[in-house]
Amino acid sequence: MATTYTLISSNTLSSSAASVTFSSIPATYTDLVLRCSVRDSGSSGTSQQQVRVRINGSSSANYSRRNLTGVGSTAASGSGTGNTSIAGFYAPDAGATSNTFNSFEIYIPNYATVQQRQVSVFNAFENNSATVNELNATAALYTDTTTITSLYIDTVNGLVSGSSFYLYGIKNS
Amino acid sequence: MAVTYEPIATTTLGSAASSITFSSIPATYTDLRLVLVIAGSSATANVRVQYNSDTATNYSATYIAGNGTTATSSRRTSATSLTFTDGVATSTTIPSFFTLDIFNYAGSTYKTSLTTSNQDYNGSGSIESNVGLWRSTSAINTILITTLTATTYNAGTIATLYGIKAA
Repeated sequence: MATTYTLISSNTLSSSAASVTFSSIPATYTDLVLRCSVRDSGSSGTSQQQVRVRINGSSSANYSRRNLTGVGSTAASGSGTGNTSIAGFYAPDAGATSNTFNSFEIYIPNYATVQQRQVSVFNAFENNSATVNELNATAALYTDTTTITSLYIDTVNGLVSGSSFYLYGIKNS
Repeated sequence: MAVTYEPIATTTLGSAASSITFSSIPATYTDLRLVLVIAGSSATANVRVQYNSDTATNYSATYIAGNGTTATSSRRTSATSLTFTDGVATSTTIPSFFTLDIFNYAGSTYKTSLTTSNQDYNGSGSIESNVGLWRSTSAINTILITTLTATTYNAGTIATLYGIKAA
């Protein structure tokens, strides 16, 4: 019986790091699923920092998004074009409650084909606070058409020890 | 290690089509997941899903959606299908991406689903999530994917149905 949901690689940080990259992703799957839990090492004053995910290391303006976010008692929708990463979702930073991390999943269908990619992002973190929390769903578009072979993840000030990253491949046959 | 996430069937449209059907779905899994990547449609089209050929008013849903400016939440009751609020664009170069998770699809209680719609078109589009209910105690053995306005999905559209086992 085919194994269709396979761990490609994982990384749990034993010390802080500026970023994490999954490279040389094989083209043998149909879809990719990235599941991570991260915390930013800095202190912003808002107790949270943006998470950035870049495809194939690209920091060009190849990303756009529509997002839906609940923070405290407010639901909102935002958008962006010409972004330099998959963005618009957050992780707690050093100002947030100790040991709190976000949890996010990014689903990338048809990553090995040559076309623009519609990507799904779901992010959540809770901090026992009225404002430092988030439930976020994002539709993100990567407009470059090359095959995806690497994924880069960082936050503005870097990732704390204990942040974890799992990359899975899914085959549809 | 037990294999718990398996492809049941996949369809890639070789030419435009108005529907995709998964039939004879075995009852041997716990949950189902449908992954749908749509390569545009002939006209703006709302994705529509029906189970077991049921066209009666047995469907309802509550959804939350964002168009980049405003977040909205609403619901549909006594509907004849599960549908998404915002239609798929006609673009052949920017795909849209949908998922449908159906929990306990082979059980004898009503069927709850969780769906996501990801449609960013680089300056327009929407994001949507909804919870759907099919008021039937029958096991789901057929899933029909059409559009609300009877348009067609473009060639290159891919639909895959996965089965997930709890053990």
